Amino acid sequence: MTDATAGAAHPAPKPQSLLAPDARTRKRNAAEARFRIYGMVAVGLAVIALVFLLTSIVRNGAGAFFQTFISLEVTLDEAKLDKSGNRDPEEMAKVSTFGYAPLIKDAIQAKIAELGIEIEGLAKPEDLISKEAAAQMRNFVLANPDVVGTTRTFEFLADGRIDGYYKDRVTMESASRDKNVSPEQLQLADALKDAGTLETRFNWNFITWPDASENRPEASGLGVAILGSFYMMIIVLVLALPIGVAASIYLEEFAPKNRITDVIEVNISNLAAVPSIVFGILGLAIFINFAGLPQSAPIVGGLVLTLMTLPTIIIATRASLKAVPPSIREAALGVGASKMQTVFHHVLPLAAPGILTGTIIGLAQALGETAPLLLIGMVAFVREYPAAPPEGFFDPASALPVQVYNWTTRADPAFVERASGAIIVLLIFLLAMNAIAIFLRRRFERRW
Amino acid sequence: MQEQHIVKAFDRDLEAIQAMLMKMGGLVESAIVDGAQSLETRDVELADQVRQNDRQIDALEEQLVEETTRVIALRAPTASDLRTVMTVIKISSNLERVGDYAKNMAKRTTVLAEVNVIDGAAAQIRRMARDVQLMLKDALDAYIQRDEKLAMQVILRDEDVDQLYNALFRELLTFMMEDPRNITPCMHFHFIAKNVERMGDHVTSIAEQVIYLVTGEYPDESRPKQDKTSFISDAG
Amino acid sequence: MNDMRIMNRATGMQDTKMSAKGVDVYYGDNHAIKNVTVDIEDKTVTAFIGPSGCGKSTFLRCLNRMNDTIPVARVEGEITLDGENIYDAKVDPVQLRAKVGMVFQKPNPFPKSIYDNIAYGPRIHGLARNKSELDDIVEKSLRRGAIWDEVKDRLDAPGTGLSGGQQQRLCIARAIATEPEVLLMDEPCSALDPIATSQVEELIDELRQNFSVVIVTHSMQQAARVSQKTAFFHLGDLVEFGETGQIFTNPHDPRTESYITGRIG
Repeated sequence: MTDATAGAAHPAPKPQSLLAPDARTRKRNAAEARFRIYGMVAVGLAVIALVFLLTSIVRNGAGAFFQTFISLEVTLDEAKLDKSGNRDPEEMAKVSTFGYAPLIKDAIQAKIAELGIEIEGLAKPEDLISKEAAAQMRNFVLANPDVVGTTRTFEFLADGRIDGYYKDRVTMESASRDKNVSPEQLQLADALKDAGTLETRFNWNFITWPDASENRPEASGLGVAILGSFYMMIIVLVLALPIGVAASIYLEEFAPKNRITDVIEVNISNLAAVPSIVFGILGLAIFINFAGLPQSAPIVGGLVLTLMTLPTIIIATRASLKAVPPSIREAALGVGASKMQTVFHHVLPLAAPGILTGTIIGLAQALGETAPLLLIGMVAFVREYPAAPPEGFFDPASALPVQVYNWTTRADPAFVERASGAIIVLLIFLLAMNAIAIFLRRRFERRW
Repeated sequence: MQEQHIVKAFDRDLEAIQAMLMKMGGLVESAIVDGAQSLETRDVELADQVRQNDRQIDALEEQLVEETTRVIALRAPTASDLRTVMTVIKISSNLERVGDYAKNMAKRTTVLAEVNVIDGAAAQIRRMARDVQLMLKDALDAYIQRDEKLAMQVILRDEDVDQLYNALFRELLTFMMEDPRNITPCMHFHFIAKNVERMGDHVTSIAEQVIYLVTGEYPDESRPKQDKTSFISDAG
Repeated sequence: MNDMRIMNRATGMQDTKMSAKGVDVYYGDNHAIKNVTVDIEDKTVTAFIGPSGCGKSTFLRCLNRMNDTIPVARVEGEITLDGENIYDAKVDPVQLRAKVGMVFQKPNPFPKSIYDNIAYGPRIHGLARNKSELDDIVEKSLRRGAIWDEVKDRLDAPGTGLSGGQQQRLCIARAIATEPEVLLMDEPCSALDPIATSQVEELIDELRQNFSVVIVTHSMQQAARVSQKTAFFHLGDLVEFGETGQIFTNPHDPRTESYITGRIG
């Protein structure tokens, strides 16, 4: 009970009107308004930085999706390609790309004559075409031997410098100093463009073709890298998800609460903070040196990334399991379900959205890891697509982030554009995976 | 005494109804004493007073019923609290009857003032009334102190009241047989004596309630009944 | 005593269903239940009352071995169901819990359909051979749980979409779906409004025709309303156990009297 006599010492303060805020309230409101402004400024700065980053990447990389092509009619001279006349691919294969190159040279000269282009000092017009073109044509002919003897229109990639000219990397002035291209060739390109023979259009090959050599940035693509990353994601999903979830369920539901379990839990949490390059060293030592798995293969990359993703999945799963209210477990036990039945019939379905989200986030992180993959040799230059799984897991492949690293180390400035383009592709994948995670979480969220 | 309830208002309610009961008891005790005195001294004014005071006793009984109903509805008493409330109701009913008998006693004073004096009858009645009043006082004390032994003694003392009544009954018969002019006053005295004897029975009932309150059980039903006047055998 | 009594309250006329002898429960070093001996009669509602922390819920959870899920809990003494010691090493707690059902303080229906809520227990214990038998069990349980009329048209709706009182009746129906012999209820009406409470109390009164019910409650009035036998626990001891009417009008132990009249917490 209150002491009724206490009030006698101090006279009661005059009651304050509600309509007039007192000094303390005003100060507090001002402080809170200031804090709100700080928050908005912080958010604003973050947004500006993000916008800056994205525009820079998109500006640099958007060009990679567009490529310059030249259409030419090539006479597939039987005399040069199929001397025996049998249309036998095995026999025709003996003719290397050196045999095809003159055909292209003839074709472009024919075009120049047809269009009546005259440029003073023009030398080696065939340099406008990418060196890749001959190989491209050869593959086509070997796949379709019947075209020998006909005249077909091919769309050839333009040379990297020509492509660069249309992307403002190469100017008339720099061309005069460049040993790979001359200003006259650029003029020829312009003339061809005016005639409609040359155009810059969207290039799907960027995504589907394998990597090309240093000299041919125009032909380099992400095909192998995307496949390699995809295979690794499959391996990570197939391995990390069941192992991680099972380990987590065991630790959370079944493990006795003693020191050993505590030690295990602490170590798993610490694993999540280990630098990724350490996992690379681990992978090198165990999977490649000790187990003898092929270098640069998705299987090794997948295994290393699995090790890296396991802690994330375990931690996310444990959090989801903990979030299931104990009343559900008690209800299940009360009805006579065993521990296993309780976990699998009741707890796991309720924890599924959280587990799923954690897995997808873990996968997204793994998709972007570069350091460990470098150590296991995925920095190698790979031209062939890996085969279909499961054999394909053991073929050499590349990975998206590694490909980015690779391209940035090359001298040709065209590769800067390619690298930025690859970053855009990577970002799109990451955004897609996060969007799936959000969608799945919304869809499966239940109120209980 | 037991500790207090956690909710102090409950204690206050119980104390209030018990205080009202004690007040009623005090009024009834006075009524008995005054009634008997007015009879002996033929004091018509005192008799009137007693009749007025009975209205107060009745009003208290009504108020007690209201208050105890309220306590039951609001406090949901159990165990000893419930027995406390139940016994308050029953005792107030007993007290109200005793008060009515005292009033009747006083009423007859007015009538008896106009007829013969019967020697000693009034004095006997006063003695009986005094015994009953002491019994009532002790019964109420036993209630307050929750003393079942005292209550038991009160029950046993009713025997004395009954015996006094028997004696007075025989004496009055003698007076009536002596002189027919004594019949009217003797009849009145007889009724008065019967009322006093009934008062004793009610006080005994109050004592039984006390025992129920304290122990949770009523005392054995063989209450001493010494009133032999219902049997023809020894009379006359 | 008066020999002419008309009303005789017959107590102890039912068989003993569960019996506890000398039961001690320890939580680590804390001696939570001290040497409790009590008999639970069949087809009777027994109430456990007492102040907070007196051990009534702990003792209740011993009756279906729910304390097994708490690692630091240790139970000593004998508790029998139909004469068999439930703490015997050969007894599977899972099987026991099909015979001794439990309803909890906060209604906790599974986040599944109403049908699946009821059907889960019978399914895992193999009580139905086919779908139509299962349907029968579900309907019977919902009828017994006094909730059939309200949900019969929406058995596929989620169990969590019902009101509080309905959810608790659903949980009771779920508990009786496995045809238990004893039903344990841990403060089942704490989370319910007065009307829902009354409905559950009425349900308990109907249930006692078929099961024995043990209810822990912190409302003495509720214990007085629904039970036939009442046990008063205080600081881990069983202070008094007797017929409910006698406990509430004339308890033998002064501690019981103090608690019931509201003189001690």
